[in-house]
Amino acid sequence: MALTGVLRPGFVQVRVLDMQAALEHYLKRIGLHEVMTGEDGRVYLKTGDEFDHHSIVLRKADHAGVDLLAFKVASEADLDSFEKRIVAYGYPVDHVPAGEQPGVGRRIGFTIASGHRIELYAHADLSDPKPFIHNPDVWSVEPHGMAAQRFDHALFYGPNVDENLDFFEKVLDFRCAERVDLPDGLLAIWLSCGMKAHDIAFVKHAEPNKLHHISFELESWSDVGHAADIITRYDISIDVGPTRHGITRGQTIYFFDPSGNRNEVFAGGYTYYPDNPTRTWDETQIGKAIFYYERQLNEAFLTVVT
Amino acid sequence: MPVLYKITVENSGEATCYEGERVLVALERAQGFGRLKNLPRKLPVGCRRGGCGVCRARVLSGDYRTAPMSRAHVSEADEAAGLVLSCAIYALGDLSLRLEPPQLNKPTKQTSNIT
Repeated sequence: MALTGVLRPGFVQVRVLDMQAALEHYLKRIGLHEVMTGEDGRVYLKTGDEFDHHSIVLRKADHAGVDLLAFKVASEADLDSFEKRIVAYGYPVDHVPAGEQPGVGRRIGFTIASGHRIELYAHADLSDPKPFIHNPDVWSVEPHGMAAQRFDHALFYGPNVDENLDFFEKVLDFRCAERVDLPDGLLAIWLSCGMKAHDIAFVKHAEPNKLHHISFELESWSDVGHAADIITRYDISIDVGPTRHGITRGQTIYFFDPSGNRNEVFAGGYTYYPDNPTRTWDETQIGKAIFYYERQLNEAFLTVVT
Repeated sequence: MPVLYKITVENSGEATCYEGERVLVALERAQGFGRLKNLPRKLPVGCRRGGCGVCRARVLSGDYRTAPMSRAHVSEADEAAGLVLSCAIYALGDLSLRLEPPQLNKPTKQTSNIT
């Protein structure tokens, strides 16, 4: 099966309280590159291993969190067909013109049942740095900081996770790789639109439209260790890790950006095929599901969000 | 000589805070030393960077300066009344605090999605 429809998370727009502190964090510590600053002050960032124009947008605001997560789809025709399906499902769709973010084509946007704004787009210009494509070296510019390879996924908190599952499966053709069920119902879902164990995940939470973390992929477990050294050396606020998730099997660290938005860097995780059955976890093993070595949730996992 | 300030947590104990150190970090260290014995619950520690709101506290007395903190958790009026995120304040003298963590999952103002 080839990838069709929704390809991957493309970019996330993050609210920051202090732009200079945020830039130092995302550029020097996470290891991203600055593409440009827009006329309205938003700053556009990417990893050196991503082709498209940007994957992280920083917007100065008076409170933390995210404005939106946008997925890239395979074609303009997909945008039109998804719009029809989203409207038919009952969610209003709005239109963001090409160029509202530099380098990005027209987008469609909608709010899902957990209160988050999701957007779809089909076109992005390429920007530098990007991987070589002829006789390609392993990198075009030397990795720095934590050496993030890509913006990989986000975990969001909000109500109506059941409806999110239904919507993403029926309308956007995602599949549920893993889920956690508690005696009082569905707690959390990990959804894939391709062959990663997750492209977006949701945990049930009373307050809508909250961010748990945005995540960057690293090459290896030893890069996760190097990231941990950077976190301590530069007094970055740590949450948990290095450890491993039972869910997805990713080797991980959680920490916070200078505005309190949780970041993850991780390596590993299994390859997901669309015919794989959903992996399930119950209350008895939830500690192992989230933090495989500690085997218990820390209080912050379920309560600290932006 | 490092400059030290005394942070008194109402009904719970005292912490030693160094100049230029986030007050919450001093409270975490004091908890590690067993100096905050009478907290009604574990010290609420979240992002330590002014974003998540769980370390909210009221300054009962003393001078401090503030770093940016999320207006979703501390409004300008709150801040003027001494309500702060303890991770986002730095002591300028001895301080007296009351921990006032937000009620978890309390809905806050819904913000528009700005694109």
